[in-house]
Amino acid sequence: MLAEQQYIELFQKYRSEIDSHASSLMNEERAFSFDFFAKKGFPNQRDEDFLHINLEKQFSNDYGMNLKAVDFKVDPYKFFRCTVPGINSHMFFVINDQFYPNVQLKYELPQGVIAGSLREMSKKYPELIRSYYNKLAKNTTDTTVHFNTAFAQDGFFLYVPKGVVVEKTIQLVNMMYGGVDMMANSRNLIVIEEGASAKLLVCGHAMEERSYLANRVTEVFVGKGAKYDHYKLENTNEKMTNVGSLFVSQDQESEVVISEITLQNGLTRNNVVVNLDGEYSSVVLGGMAINDCHQHTDTHTIINHNQPNCSSKELYKYVLDGEATGAFDGRILVKKDAQKTSAHQTNRNICLNKKAKMYTKPHLEIYADDVSCSHGATVGQLDDSTVFYLRSRGISEVEAKMLLMFAFVNDVEELIRVPALQDTIRLLVEKRFRGELNKKCEGCSSHCK
Amino acid sequence: MEDNQKLLKEITSGEYKYGFTTDIDTEYIPTGLNEDIVRLISAKKNEPEWLLDFRLKAFRHWQTLEMPQWAHLDVPEIDFQLIAYYAAPKKKEGPKSLDEVDPELLKTFDKLGIPLEEQKMHLGMAVDAIVDSVSVKTTHKEKLAEKGIIFCSISEAVQDYPDLVRQYMGSVVPYTDNFFAALNSAVFSDGSFVYIPKGVRCPMELSSYFRINAINTGQFERTLIIADDDSYVSYLEGCTAPQRDENQLHAAIVEIITNERAEVKYSTVQNWYPGDKEGKGGVYNFVTKRGICKGDNSKISWTQVETGSAITWKYPSCILKGDNSIGEFYSVAVTNNYQQADTGTKMIHIGKNTKSHIVSKGISAGHSQNSYRGLVKVVPAAENARNFSQCDSLLMGDKCGAHTFPYMEVDNDTAIVEHEATTSKISEDQVFYCNQRGISTEDAVGLIVNGYAKEVINKLPMEFAVEAQRLLQISLEGSVG
Amino acid sequence: MLEIKNLHANINGKEILKGINLVVNPGEVHAIMGPNGSGKSTLSSVIAGNPAFEVTKGEIIFNGKNLLDLSPEDRSREGIFLSFQYPVEIPGVSMVNFMRTAVNEHRKYKGLESLSASDFLKLMREKKEVVELDNKLANRSVNEGFSGGEKKRNEIFQMAMLEPKLSILDETDSGLDIDALRIVASGVNKLKTADNSTIVITHYQRLLDYIVPDIVHVLYKGKIVKTAGKELVMELEEKGYDWIKRELGEM
Repeated sequence: MLAEQQYIELFQKYRSEIDSHASSLMNEERAFSFDFFAKKGFPNQRDEDFLHINLEKQFSNDYGMNLKAVDFKVDPYKFFRCTVPGINSHMFFVINDQFYPNVQLKYELPQGVIAGSLREMSKKYPELIRSYYNKLAKNTTDTTVHFNTAFAQDGFFLYVPKGVVVEKTIQLVNMMYGGVDMMANSRNLIVIEEGASAKLLVCGHAMEERSYLANRVTEVFVGKGAKYDHYKLENTNEKMTNVGSLFVSQDQESEVVISEITLQNGLTRNNVVVNLDGEYSSVVLGGMAINDCHQHTDTHTIINHNQPNCSSKELYKYVLDGEATGAFDGRILVKKDAQKTSAHQTNRNICLNKKAKMYTKPHLEIYADDVSCSHGATVGQLDDSTVFYLRSRGISEVEAKMLLMFAFVNDVEELIRVPALQDTIRLLVEKRFRGELNKKCEGCSSHCK
Repeated sequence: MEDNQKLLKEITSGEYKYGFTTDIDTEYIPTGLNEDIVRLISAKKNEPEWLLDFRLKAFRHWQTLEMPQWAHLDVPEIDFQLIAYYAAPKKKEGPKSLDEVDPELLKTFDKLGIPLEEQKMHLGMAVDAIVDSVSVKTTHKEKLAEKGIIFCSISEAVQDYPDLVRQYMGSVVPYTDNFFAALNSAVFSDGSFVYIPKGVRCPMELSSYFRINAINTGQFERTLIIADDDSYVSYLEGCTAPQRDENQLHAAIVEIITNERAEVKYSTVQNWYPGDKEGKGGVYNFVTKRGICKGDNSKISWTQVETGSAITWKYPSCILKGDNSIGEFYSVAVTNNYQQADTGTKMIHIGKNTKSHIVSKGISAGHSQNSYRGLVKVVPAAENARNFSQCDSLLMGDKCGAHTFPYMEVDNDTAIVEHEATTSKISEDQVFYCNQRGISTEDAVGLIVNGYAKEVINKLPMEFAVEAQRLLQISLEGSVG
Repeated sequence: MLEIKNLHANINGKEILKGINLVVNPGEVHAIMGPNGSGKSTLSSVIAGNPAFEVTKGEIIFNGKNLLDLSPEDRSREGIFLSFQYPVEIPGVSMVNFMRTAVNEHRKYKGLESLSASDFLKLMREKKEVVELDNKLANRSVNEGFSGGEKKRNEIFQMAMLEPKLSILDETDSGLDIDALRIVASGVNKLKTADNSTIVITHYQRLLDYIVPDIVHVLYKGKIVKTAGKELVMELEEKGYDWIKRELGEM
C-alpha cells in the first residue's frame, strides 16, 4: 500500500482545501469513495480486470496535483487550433482538471442548453445535478474511479433539455499542461433529456512531453428516445498515461454511439460501462488502438442488457507494432428477463511485429433464452496472399500493407456519424500508419511540439 | 421405429437411470483428512516410500491452499473432514480373477451396460472397472500384453512398473497445480494406467468405468497414459453414481504423455448423478485433465460429453511442446435443472507449427448455468501457431444462463488465433417445421439438439456416440414446455 | 517478349516445375493445357512472382529484363498481368481505391503524372463497359461478396485498366456459365492488339472456342511435353489426356 499511502495522507491533510475549490454537492460524495479507495488501494495485476496493466506503478510516480485550483495563465483558444475542418464545433477546454472559464463560442448554443464548468454549474443548478452526479460511478469496484470521486473538483457539464437538438458537435479538449509531472482528476457529467440529441467529441492532448497522468470519469444519462454520440480521440505522446472511465445509462428507445480512438499515447486504460436501462434502446460501441514502441492500450467494456428488446454492437480493432501490447476485455451481460436481446461483439487484432503482444478476452454472460448473441475475436497478421494479389497489380509491398491496414480499421471509422470527423480521423489514421503523425497534434499551429 | 418408441418412452419417464445402489460389503477408512489418513491409504495399497512421500508433500501443499473462486460457479462450502477418502468393495484374499469379483458388482456393471464376464465382454473394448476407490477388474489384459501394451489399475502399475509410474506421475499435472490436484495427489486411491510401446497401434478401445457406490465417499482416481513414439490409442472414460441426497465429491487427475508421432484420443461421457429436479444431491466434479504433446508431430485429442454432475469444473488441456504437434478439444456440455458447469480447455502453444482446434457446444436448460472457459496461449518461441475456436451456446428456457469466457494470449506475431461464438435458442420455425412433418416437439428438440452437437458426437467412438445421443435427449427431458 | 528457360520451381520443398521452356512473341496467344496437378497454376504464379514458390533453376526473360530479379509489383508495372484462378476478397478496400492506387503506381513507374480523380473515374467508366461490369460491383470492396462470374469479370476489368503487355489467364473459365464465359472472352478479345500477348491456362477446350490460340502447349508433370497449333485442342478434346500419357509411354 505504499503507492496509496501518499494519497491517503494527502487527502486527509488537504480535505478542506479540496472541498473549498469544488462544490458541496461533489464534496458530499468524497467520503464514501475515499474509504473505498483507502480500503482496496489501486488495482493490481492479481485482479483479473487488470491483468495486463500495472496502474499501481503509474500512480506511484510523484505527480503534482493542482488541488488549490491555481489558474494557469494560458488561453487555449489562442494557441489551440485543433478544430476538425468543416466541423464547426462548440469548443470547451479542461486544462488538467480545471474547466477553462473564459469560454469563447463561435456559435450560440440552442436555448436551454447548459454547457460549462461542473463545479460552477453544480453550485448554480444543485437540484438538477444532484439527481445524476455519481449515480452510475458509485457502484463500480474500480478504485481508480473512486479515486477520481474523492479528488475531482471540476470538469465539464452538459445538459440538453427535452426535445432540443444540438446540431453542431460539441468539442471538449482535455489538455495536460505544466512543466512538472502532473496528475489530473477531472469529472464530466452529460445529461441528454427525452427526445434531445447531441454529439460530443473529446480530444486528449498533452502540451509537453512529461509524465502526465489523466484519470477522467464521465457519466452520461440519455433520456427516452434521445440520441447521443460520444467520440474520444487520444493523440498525445509516449510518456502520457490516460485512464478514462465512461458510464452510460440509456432510457427507452435511446440511441448511443461511442467510439474511442487511440492514435498515440503511452499507457491507455479505457473503461466503458453501458447500461441499457430502457426497452428498445441501442448502443454501438467501437474503438481502435494503433500502438507501437512500448505503448499499451487496455480496453475494458461492459454492456449490461438490463431490459428486453435492446441491441448492442461492439467492434474493437488493434494494430500493434514494435513492442506494443494490447488488451481487450469485453463483457456482455444479458439479464434474466432481457428477452429479444441482440448483442454482437467483435474484436480483431493485428500484430505487425514479433515483439508485439495481444491479450483478448471477449465474454458473454447470458441469462435469457430468446436472444441473438455472438462474439468473435482474432489475433493474426496481414494475409500474405492478399498482399501478393495487390503487388501483382503493381502496388508496392509497403503500399499494399498500408491499404490493408486502412481496410482493417475502416469499419471502425465508419461508426463515426459526423462526416467531417470521419474524414479527419481517416486522415489522422493514415498519417499514423505512415509514421507522419510524430508528436505533433494535428492542425495545431503553435506550442504543440 | 421400435427404437424410436423405446426412446420416447425413455424420454417421458427419463429420470437418472443409473441411480441405483449396489448392496455389497464395503470397507471404509475413517472420515476426515490428516497425515495419518494419507499414510493409511498408502499403507493399504502397500506403496513404496517415494509414493508416500509424494502424497505427503501434496497433502502439506494442499493445506496451504484455498478453494479456487474464479469459476462461474456457486459452490457450497465443502467440509473436507466429513468425507471418507477410501472405500473399497470387500474381497477375499488371493489373486484377482473373475470369480473373485463380487457377483453383485458383476450385476451392477451388467446393468450399466458394461459386462465384465468373459463370454459377454465387448470384443472391441478393454475395460478397467473402478468402484469407489479401487479397480475391481480389468478385461482383455492378456490379449493386450501380447503387444506389449500395459493396461491395468494404477495400484498394480505402482507395484509392477514402479519406474514408469515414478517417471511420469505428476510430470504433467504437478501436485502444486491447483487445489484439487493437490488433494487428489494426497489421497488418490486408484485409476487406470496405460502404456503403449513404440510403434504399436492399440488394437481395441481402452476404457475405464468409474462408479461411486459408497455413501459419503469421495472418489479420487488418477489416470496416466503414456504413448511412446509412433503409437496410437483411443481411450474412453465413463462414469455413473447412485442417486443420493447428499453431494458426493469427485476430484480426478488425468495425465497424458505423447512422444514423437504418437496420438492419444481421450473420450469422456460424464454422467455422474446430477442431483434431482430441485437441485438436491449430485456429484461435485472437479477434474484436472492435461496432456503434453512432448514429441514432434504428436497429437492429443479430447472429446467430452458432459451431461451429469451437480457441479462440473474441468478443463482438459494440451501442452503443445513438440514441433508440429496438434491439440484438439471437442465438447458438449448439457446442464439442466440446477446443474452448474464451468468447463473448457487450455491450449498452450510452445513448439513450432503447432495447431489447436476447439469446438465447444453448450446447452443450458432449466435453472442451470453453463460456462465455457478456455485459454489459448502462444508463447514467444511458438512460430506459426494456429488456433481456431468455436463456442456455441444453446439456451432452452428463460431461467438458465450460458456464458463464454475465452482468453487469448498471443506473444508471437506469426500466430493466427481465431475465436467465434454464438448464442441462440431453438427457433420456433424449426420446431414448427418438424411438427408439420409429424414430429413431436420433444423429438424435434432432440433432433435439433443432436444436430447441434453432431460435430462433437461424431468424434466419439461408435458405441459411445449412440449412448451420448441418448443421454443428450434424456438430460433435457422436460426442458421444453 | 517472354522467354522461359529451363525453369524449375518448388513449393514447400516439393518440385512442381521441372524444366519449362517457353517463348511467347508479341501478338501471340498461347494456350497451356494439361491435367490437374500438372503445374499450370504454378507456372502462372512463378511468372507473376508469388513468394510462396521458390525458383531453383532457370530464368525468365521479359522484354530483355530478368523477371526473377523483380518484385511482383515491378513485374506488374513491366506489363505482366495475372488473372487469378481464385481472386482474393479484400473486405474494406474499395475497388475504386484499389484500382486508383494500382493505376497511379503504374504511371509513376513510367514517369507519368498521377491521374486526377475525375480522369480516373472517366477511365474506370470506359473500361467497365469492356466487361459489362456492373456499377454496383465497382463501388463495393474488392471481390467481397462477388459471385464466381463477377470475380472473373472483375479480373478482366482490372486487365483493361492496367493495359498489360502479357496477360496470363489462369483457369479463367472455371466456375463460369456460358454467358459469363462469353462476356469474359469478348472482353479479352477486345483488349487484344498486335503488340500484346496472352497465355491462356485451362483444363478444357471450352474457353479456347472463344479465345483462339496460335500455339498450344501440353504441360504434364512439370514439363511441356507437346507443342502444336490450335488443332491440338480438338485432338485433346477427342482423345483426352490419356493419349498424351500413352505417347509418353506411361500407359
